[in-house]
Amino acid sequence: MQFLDFEKPLEDLVSQLDKLQSIADKNKMDMSASVRQLEQTIEETRSEIYKNLTPWQRVQLSRHPERPYTNYYISKICSTFTELFGDRNVKDDKAIVGGLADIDGQQVMIIGHQKGTNTKQRQIRNFGMANPEGYRKALRLMKLAEKFNRPIVTFIDTPGAYPGLEAEERGQGEAIARNIYEMVNMRVPVICIIIGEGASGGALGIGVGDKVVMLENTWYTVISPENCSSILWRSWDYKVQAAEQLKLTSEDMSAFGLVDDVLKEPVGGAHYKPEEMALSIKRYILDTIKELEQTDADQRIEKRIEKFSSMGFFEETEA
Amino acid sequence: MSTLWFRRSNKGIQTDTKEKKETPDGLWHKCSECRTTITQQELADNMYICPKCDYHNRINAKEYFEILFDDGAFTELFENIRAIDKLGFVDVKPYKDRLVAAQKSTGLGDAMTVGVGKLDGRDLVIACMNFNFIGGSMGSVVGEKIARGIDYAIQHKLPFMIISKSGGARMMESAFSLMQMAKTSAKLTQLSKAGLPYISFMTDPTTGGVTASFAMLGDINIAEPKALIGFAGPRVIKETLKKDLPPGFQRSEFLLEHGFLDFVVNRKNLKTELSHCLTWFMEGKK
Repeated sequence: MQFLDFEKPLEDLVSQLDKLQSIADKNKMDMSASVRQLEQTIEETRSEIYKNLTPWQRVQLSRHPERPYTNYYISKICSTFTELFGDRNVKDDKAIVGGLADIDGQQVMIIGHQKGTNTKQRQIRNFGMANPEGYRKALRLMKLAEKFNRPIVTFIDTPGAYPGLEAEERGQGEAIARNIYEMVNMRVPVICIIIGEGASGGALGIGVGDKVVMLENTWYTVISPENCSSILWRSWDYKVQAAEQLKLTSEDMSAFGLVDDVLKEPVGGAHYKPEEMALSIKRYILDTIKELEQTDADQRIEKRIEKFSSMGFFEETEA
Repeated sequence: MSTLWFRRSNKGIQTDTKEKKETPDGLWHKCSECRTTITQQELADNMYICPKCDYHNRINAKEYFEILFDDGAFTELFENIRAIDKLGFVDVKPYKDRLVAAQKSTGLGDAMTVGVGKLDGRDLVIACMNFNFIGGSMGSVVGEKIARGIDYAIQHKLPFMIISKSGGARMMESAFSLMQMAKTSAKLTQLSKAGLPYISFMTDPTTGGVTASFAMLGDINIAEPKALIGFAGPRVIKETLKKDLPPGFQRSEFLLEHGFLDFVVNRKNLKTELSHCLTWFMEGKK
């Protein structure tokens, strides 16, 4: 278990517990009463820490090295999953995965950003930063789902679309724009779940749906706090302030009406009890598909357009 | 020596800065590319293009409307929409102050001006970005004006054009600015269903969220020569890759070569080319 800086009190208690248990084991003593008490203190401390997380702490959680990624959730919630590769044009982008999924008999298309779980994998997955072919693969799979009338579920977790030379040559902007445009008009239900980082166009490129939902400790906005700090403050030192100013938490985003739902995470974060998180996501997907299928495709599209069209704040002065 | 009498005895420039004689501002223009100096009037008469090197200087809605609409005549739409600082965003300066300063220095409401008028006798709605207003950044007002411009075009069965000139999304409006990408794209699907053409005209610079939404979604995508057009800015790419970028990277001609533009057009031929396209799209349609 890796601890974040604000989890220091927790880390100390857990190492105390380890010590206690090893002493108990070594001396064959019954210290179960002390162990139980310490365990209780640990849970209380955890609750206390997680009760009032700052925006920056949530950003840290969204990037926790042990945080579950798309492939983890797929493995937990699908009874079968057939991964499909390639954009039929340039190559297969490993930063976005997708395929035919069966969730308790419900056939869906799942598409999501995938980050690596170790150094080598992180490079292969390009840290979850997709190239245009990733977005075009996603679109190909969405069209396939639409053709066979299967709902689409996307998992969003990206620090941004990749800012590379080839990405620009192959039209990163066009690829994202095309996806947004086409997702508006998908005739099947579309559910988008932000499971980690929701950075800007890279997130929105698979993020237009009937329901856009954030896990509790994720963030979603137009730029990462670090880049925002670098551009507006002209220094990398204001990421904490930037995170506060950007109002990027699930709580803020939901209050603004920019996301439809927030899924609670287990106390300690999604990585602390990943199976519990997966189960809650699975239930949400199945319930929401049922709900969305109550309305017909044309109405769903109309509602989708209405929802996104009403986003924004401005005033109208007297002419 | 006989030359001693005109030798400079005091070294360097002796005139105090305050006594320096300035050329009056706004009279001369020096080309930032080829350093050719011409009068502002000559520049304006030449559509703000350098007569020597063809460099297209950045201009805003006022100038584009003058160039494109017949006799420069148009009606401005939705001019009373103003940004509000819903987030109370403060970086080194409060967003509220930035807005007031931008409105004061430009005399504009926001980074987008929408006009309806005639181009070679044919009615057309043009939404044009103003780079002089907070870098042409896209916030809620830009998105709303595009949305209403599209509604207006649908209602009156008119073709629609956006002239993009923007650094991307307006960070001070955070996720609201991001969602303008979805909003404008969603509205464009309605325009498309109404069977009306959308011409996207990209000018220097068109980057970030603008490129990744409406700018790249035209029925035809066209651009001014040598305009910077891209998703990520060149500085970010350079820092990521830690190598120099090839010359001409992310310029209009580069995008044309890679298949993302229908054509590149000199500002002097813009109106004629648009007129041909509009005729092709609209002639004989009710």
